[in-house]
Amino acid sequence: MKRIRILLTALLTMAVLGGCGSDGTGESSGDNSSKEPVYGGSVVVGIQQDIDSLDPHKATAAGTKEILFNIFEGLVKPDENGNLINAVASDYTISEDGLVYTFTLRENVKFHNGNVVTCEDVKYSLERVSGLLDGTPLISTLKVIQAVDILDDKTVQVTVESANTELIYSFVAAIIPAGSGEDAEADPIGTGPFSYVSYTPQVGIVLKKNPDYWQTGLPYLDEVNFKIVNSPDSAVLELQGGTIDIYAYLTDSQAQELQETFNVEASASNVVQALFLNNAAAPLDDVRVRQAICYALDKDSINDFVGGGNGTIISSAMLPTLKDNYVDLNDTYGTTANVEKAKELLAEAGYGDGLELEIAIPSNYEFHMQTGEVVVEQLKEAGINATIKAVEWSTWLDEIYNGRQYQATISGITCDTTPGYLLNRFQTDSKKNFINFANAEYDALYLEAQATLDIQKKIDAYAQLQRILCDDAGSAFLQVPANMTAINKKLSGYKFYPVYVQDMSTVFWTE
Amino acid sequence: MKYFIKKLITLIMTLFLVSVAAFLAFQIIPGDVVTSILGTEATPEREEQLREELGLNKPPVERYFNWVTDVLRGDLGESYRFSKSMNEMMPVAELIGDKLPVTLWLAAVSLVLIIVIAIPLGVLWARSSSHFLDAVLGVVTQVSMAVPSFFLGILVTYLFGILLKFFAPGSYVSYQEDFGGFLKYLLFPALSIAIPKIAMTARFLRNSMLTELQADYVRTAYSKGCTKRRVMYGHVLRNAMMPVVTFLGMIIAEIVAGSIVIEQVFGLPGIGRLLISSISTRDFPVVEILILYITFVVIFVYFLVDILYRVIDPRISEV
Repeated sequence: MKRIRILLTALLTMAVLGGCGSDGTGESSGDNSSKEPVYGGSVVVGIQQDIDSLDPHKATAAGTKEILFNIFEGLVKPDENGNLINAVASDYTISEDGLVYTFTLRENVKFHNGNVVTCEDVKYSLERVSGLLDGTPLISTLKVIQAVDILDDKTVQVTVESANTELIYSFVAAIIPAGSGEDAEADPIGTGPFSYVSYTPQVGIVLKKNPDYWQTGLPYLDEVNFKIVNSPDSAVLELQGGTIDIYAYLTDSQAQELQETFNVEASASNVVQALFLNNAAAPLDDVRVRQAICYALDKDSINDFVGGGNGTIISSAMLPTLKDNYVDLNDTYGTTANVEKAKELLAEAGYGDGLELEIAIPSNYEFHMQTGEVVVEQLKEAGINATIKAVEWSTWLDEIYNGRQYQATISGITCDTTPGYLLNRFQTDSKKNFINFANAEYDALYLEAQATLDIQKKIDAYAQLQRILCDDAGSAFLQVPANMTAINKKLSGYKFYPVYVQDMSTVFWTE
Repeated sequence: MKYFIKKLITLIMTLFLVSVAAFLAFQIIPGDVVTSILGTEATPEREEQLREELGLNKPPVERYFNWVTDVLRGDLGESYRFSKSMNEMMPVAELIGDKLPVTLWLAAVSLVLIIVIAIPLGVLWARSSSHFLDAVLGVVTQVSMAVPSFFLGILVTYLFGILLKFFAPGSYVSYQEDFGGFLKYLLFPALSIAIPKIAMTARFLRNSMLTELQADYVRTAYSKGCTKRRVMYGHVLRNAMMPVVTFLGMIIAEIVAGSIVIEQVFGLPGIGRLLISSISTRDFPVVEILILYITFVVIFVYFLVDILYRVIDPRISEV
């Protein structure tokens, strides 16, 4: 039985890898997966950032969420294909009108403190994130929750304000013991495969096996140590020296360097990288100028230069891994440069003599900085004289993202498993619409898509939204970069998720 | 006594001015603390709540005043960024108290390496009449001074960690856990800090000694029958140490304040790394205290240098 599951895991891993044009490195893991797993042992995972909060409802950094995934679970949780599986809930039903969610709790799911999860805990957790508890909602999508009622000792009913077929994706919000959110000295306690041991700022976070985990047979490892590695160069040395076993987000050259001694695997990330254009700033308020920029870019060579060709080229705001909803629009502007067309559009817009463009880039992201250098060269061909302005991350958040004081910027926006997640932000008055995209048709269609309970209608609407965003050249979408991960050759079972997750529950030593 | 009081007043005034400057700098530089902590996905209500928790909705002058009163009462506040438990932030005193020993021990080990190697090397260099040795040391020290510390750190890690396997890169253990292992690991980052400083100090000492050797008292010493050894160590070295002590003081102040780059490369959770990450996350309470600490260290070390002058050259205190 176990063998079958492991085989299945291997197949799925390969399927995910196949989806993003794997370079064949996935095979080694396929070999390993057929080996008998050894229980026990510990693993050190190198991480890039310090964690921002130990509170699963308040943590917002992707780098924190990927770790807390091992400690906390929601009523449902994502699997490696981006689908939802039942976690703390064993089953749920949604009413016809989409306004009432009824969750049945799984039998005997225990918190790390040994207590069985009750409806009280679920009620508390959902009321905390939705703001019903103290008026401060912590997860914006769950603000729509109007009431959480306990029907019996295994059933919880959630009533929401308005129907939205994607709301279920938000029930991945962690279930925590009732009252623990206000308990000053509480350690983080959840129901996940690993429990919290300690956290030291700038050093890392240590987790140990949850022996009572509801998925029998998991996890394999006794201990997982997430160790903060501050510079990518040190990470390579620490991998080579044997101090860390797993490290994700390698650069292309590092991946090459580690190819021999580690299993280096490429998977699709959940980041949409784009040359974001401020639609409200001259001369980018002219759609022709934005389109000219899209034509001028050679996305293929950007992918080759900065991502070793492992990225996936896109032209709108949807991850190709969300297969049901993604439409390939790469033909609109082509994936290579069309300088003639770009010049033509610029001339039409009155910039036949060229124009100046300032591209602000957060300097802590080497990947975006390198992309910027390539982009500047490509734009030059079309007569656009672009300059790079490196900005610090906090400044980027404040002046560019929140203040919207910029012309163009290269950055990435991350997506969760909710298909409409990225499209949401481009509504004219969205707080997250930092490119000032304004299209009435788009706004109306988005609201329509949210309201419909018909899945096919929703998919069609999303396709149309992607098209509008692309045709209107809301921004020059570049690629979904590949995530290169180095894994110790004696480890197996590492699963790649379409979202930022480092699931350690299925990882095991083969010897 | 008057000297000490004067020094103390200078210290307090400087600390005050520096804290005001740091506070002002934080008002001017772009970057909002709340966005920096919460990222782009938080609800507006949560942002408002946090702004209130941190007291950011109060006017700057009031905030500064509150901060100063708290610090004078001995309450250094809590970090904006680092958690202690699920619902509590890490007190600044605890955070820095935890990191400080790492930096201090790193500084101590580096300093021992510098003194033990640089001073004999400088004397040997000054004494040697061999052109060959002179040329070799000249080139070696020049190169060691020119290598950027980041590159040097990587080089040391690669040579001693990967090739010679003296230590595993990144295998830092906390001093509370295993002090021996901690010191052993520190040896390599300390070496990376020490190499350029050894080169500088040795060069400095050599030049200083060569200048002193021209002085009249050297001829006098020889003519009254002193051996070369006695002239070198009894007279020349002592006089030549004066500028070297100042130089060593500068080095101490620099490494005690935290070696940002080396801590980064070797993954040491020290003061330097904390400072950088706190500035980039706008963790004001931590940055303020760290800046005060660094200011204090610099002033204090110069004060010690002053005292050392008096020990080496008793004539100074007579003035």
